[in-house]
Amino acid sequence: MKLCRSMLYIPGDSPGMIQHAPVFGADSILLDLEDAVALTEKDAARKMVACYLQDYDFKDLIVTVRVNGADTEFFDYDLKEIIPCSPAAIRIPKCNGPADVLAADKKIEEIEKANSIPVGKVKIHAMIETAVGVENAFFIASACPRVQALTLGGQDLTADMGVQKTKEGWELFYARSRVVVAARAACVDVYDTVWADISDKEGLLKECRSIVGLGFTGKAAIHPDQIETIHQAFMPDEKEFRKAIRIMEAAENAKKEGKGVISVDGKMVDAPVVARARHLLELADLYGFERSGS
Amino acid sequence: MDMTLNSLGRKVPLELPGVGSFAPYKSPFAMLGQPGAFAGTQMQLRRPAPARSKVIENIEKAVELSGLKDGMTISFHHHLRNGDAVIPMVLDILRKMGFKGLTLAPSSIPDAHDCIADYIRSGLINRLYTSGVRGELGKLLSGGELEIPVVIRSHGGRARAIEEGSISIDVAFLAAPACDPLGNITGSTGPSACGSLGYAITDAGYARNVVAITDNLVEYPLNPRISIPQYLVDSIVCVQSLGDPKKIATGAARITRNPVDLKIAKDSFRLMKASGILEPGFSFQMGVGGASLAVAKYLGEYMKGKGLRGSFGLGGVGGYMAGMLEEGLFDAVFDVQSFDSTVTSSMQENPKHIEIDASWYASPFNAGCIVNNLDCVILAALEVDTDFNVNVLTGHDGVLRGASGGHQDTAAGAKLSIVVAPSFRGGVPSIKDKVTTVTTPGETVDAIVTERGICINPRREDLLESALKSGLPVADITALKKEVEKLTGIPRPAEFNYDKVAAVVEYRDGTLIDTVYCRK
Amino acid sequence: MGILILLKTASAGTLESSDCLVTVSPAEKLKLEYKGANSEVFAERTMALVENVSKRYSLSGAEISIQDQGALEITIKARLETALMRAVKGVTKE
Repeated sequence: MKLCRSMLYIPGDSPGMIQHAPVFGADSILLDLEDAVALTEKDAARKMVACYLQDYDFKDLIVTVRVNGADTEFFDYDLKEIIPCSPAAIRIPKCNGPADVLAADKKIEEIEKANSIPVGKVKIHAMIETAVGVENAFFIASACPRVQALTLGGQDLTADMGVQKTKEGWELFYARSRVVVAARAACVDVYDTVWADISDKEGLLKECRSIVGLGFTGKAAIHPDQIETIHQAFMPDEKEFRKAIRIMEAAENAKKEGKGVISVDGKMVDAPVVARARHLLELADLYGFERSGS
Repeated sequence: MDMTLNSLGRKVPLELPGVGSFAPYKSPFAMLGQPGAFAGTQMQLRRPAPARSKVIENIEKAVELSGLKDGMTISFHHHLRNGDAVIPMVLDILRKMGFKGLTLAPSSIPDAHDCIADYIRSGLINRLYTSGVRGELGKLLSGGELEIPVVIRSHGGRARAIEEGSISIDVAFLAAPACDPLGNITGSTGPSACGSLGYAITDAGYARNVVAITDNLVEYPLNPRISIPQYLVDSIVCVQSLGDPKKIATGAARITRNPVDLKIAKDSFRLMKASGILEPGFSFQMGVGGASLAVAKYLGEYMKGKGLRGSFGLGGVGGYMAGMLEEGLFDAVFDVQSFDSTVTSSMQENPKHIEIDASWYASPFNAGCIVNNLDCVILAALEVDTDFNVNVLTGHDGVLRGASGGHQDTAAGAKLSIVVAPSFRGGVPSIKDKVTTVTTPGETVDAIVTERGICINPRREDLLESALKSGLPVADITALKKEVEKLTGIPRPAEFNYDKVAAVVEYRDGTLIDTVYCRK
Repeated sequence: MGILILLKTASAGTLESSDCLVTVSPAEKLKLEYKGANSEVFAERTMALVENVSKRYSLSGAEISIQDQGALEITIKARLETALMRAVKGVTKE
């Protein structure tokens, strides 16, 4: 999957926003059937999302759909109507353990087969929103190949923990670190929770910078205004970028010369560092960094 | 009515009974490029006895003194915008005095003046020359209630028409926010201050009789700024109020937060950058709202970041432009019409905020109007077509609901003319095979920027190359049209009664660029 | 697929900009009342859309009213289908 720094939440029941999805500049969108939709409108939102998935050209935008929880009456209907439309991924709320993922995986597989969709095409983004979920993060992330990402639900998690959600975010520090590590260990992507105060762009940038530093691969946005700030936080530092070029060059030279050891600026550089450098260069391409002429 | 096809393939009348004869549109500069002067209207001379005051007791008296008769032409300016109370006041008095069959030739008609529809129905007015027509009046005209078709002119075209005599104003009723007893007038001070009196200045110079109407009679001499000098003003009437100050000089329009408009604005700015016009000394005109105003946000940020200084801003000036002048981003701002109270203050306080008249702004038949020096203009549109023609006059239903304004003039004059429009609006596509009504010809439009892509006029190969080199989201306009129609379905073209003409659209050089028919 | 017969009147959608409010009622034949700013410019398109959905669902007949606030075709289709589903369900909630 292509790099996904931002994921814009759009209520599934809002055609006015869905119809402009590619315009907002996000890397991906989440069409929400869950919290953003009133109980009496679940059927309408589901139908709206299904129709748009079928008939609307989202171009390069990665489209994910958040279905209702497996503990609700809507879960099965959501899967049945949405999976045949082949979104890139569906987001499953409140994953507490690998069993939740496996149950969903099985249902999705049945529907894929019944609709001649290659099995495993529709990915799962597992939401970690409870203390138990955090504890089981690695097992959830590695439950099956279909899991492509972990996402953190900060609002519900702090509620589950019985603590206040604050702008400083210390109450989520452990959960964030744990979930990031679990995601990395399982080689899946990891998305951070929403920043609720739309008017506070500085606060958003600060939070984004720190979660990028922790290793999150993307962040949720609840308003198009937040996307630019989020992308700003993911932009590689110019110095880091130049160093990444040097690392890649050194790695390539070492490979050519059949050398096992890569050295940059007099220091030894091993595989994970090279991998990070490669990722940084991919990111830099997104920002239009010029590789030539340091 | 004898019709002919013009160069855009539009049928236009050769003669409008009750108005005169017209030539069909040929090309934006077909009438230009010829050296030397030619005859226009002479200035109107008077021989009054010297006096120390021209103030008379009421408008009725001013009308009597002016010699106004049935069938003559009267004019107003629209600088008081939707706060104007003068036009309805004067028309009501004229109706009570029993006038009939007048030609109304205002610079434009504020949205608020649906009452003009009533005066047409009552027979006070039987001919209309204007830049714009909306609301009830638009519906009335599109319904065919006016016998003689309306002539719609751009700001530059109207100035030209007045100067050449096609519009011969018998009496100009000019709202004067500040006026002294001998008729020196300005718009930048007073309780009903409106900023620039650009359109009024032109009327004052050529009308046979000028009646100034003021709610702010100041001691002689008005100073320091005089927009219209006393020797052009015949009589002065003092009234309680010229209108609602809150609607005359509104708060400055804010930059939109609509993501679609912001995307359009951002891409328009990127196109400006790619085109290479953003060099020291460049000149710019922005729109009044939505995406066409939001471009200024990206431009301003860039200019400040790079320490780039422009030579002049032009307009239709709103608070944002006035702010850019204040910040030193431009050497000067030329103002033919002011949109809000920030601008009025700027004009009062900043000598680099220069008032200009309509001819100076945009007339094609003088020794060089200012739109000719414009590097870039951002224009809005109701509809565009695959030939890059623009419609700012009629809606999808073919009803008149817009104004020509400075659209044709700036598009023709500017080095880079960018038209901004969302690819669909209210579920209806903005890109058509043929616009319902051509206001501005595609030959003068360099690019149409939508949120789904930038369409570059094939006539501008150089611009296309620059845009592609900069990695801009260039789109083919026909392909974009089809893409949008896939989402909206194909709209039914407006249905007209081709036997009845509602209005003709003059190009700025006096030729006819299109015809608006009455609705079926 | 069997024939779809409406059991009651049902609505879907809103009067928000870019949305539409669709109301369907049982009727012998298919009848469309199309209102809103686009009622003229998209009269044919909307009739075709309704007929299309009706055919796909083998709708026996319905009185359909659409108040269009500038919706795209996909939106109108989604609202119409939702309204139809609601009109054949025994309860108001799923």
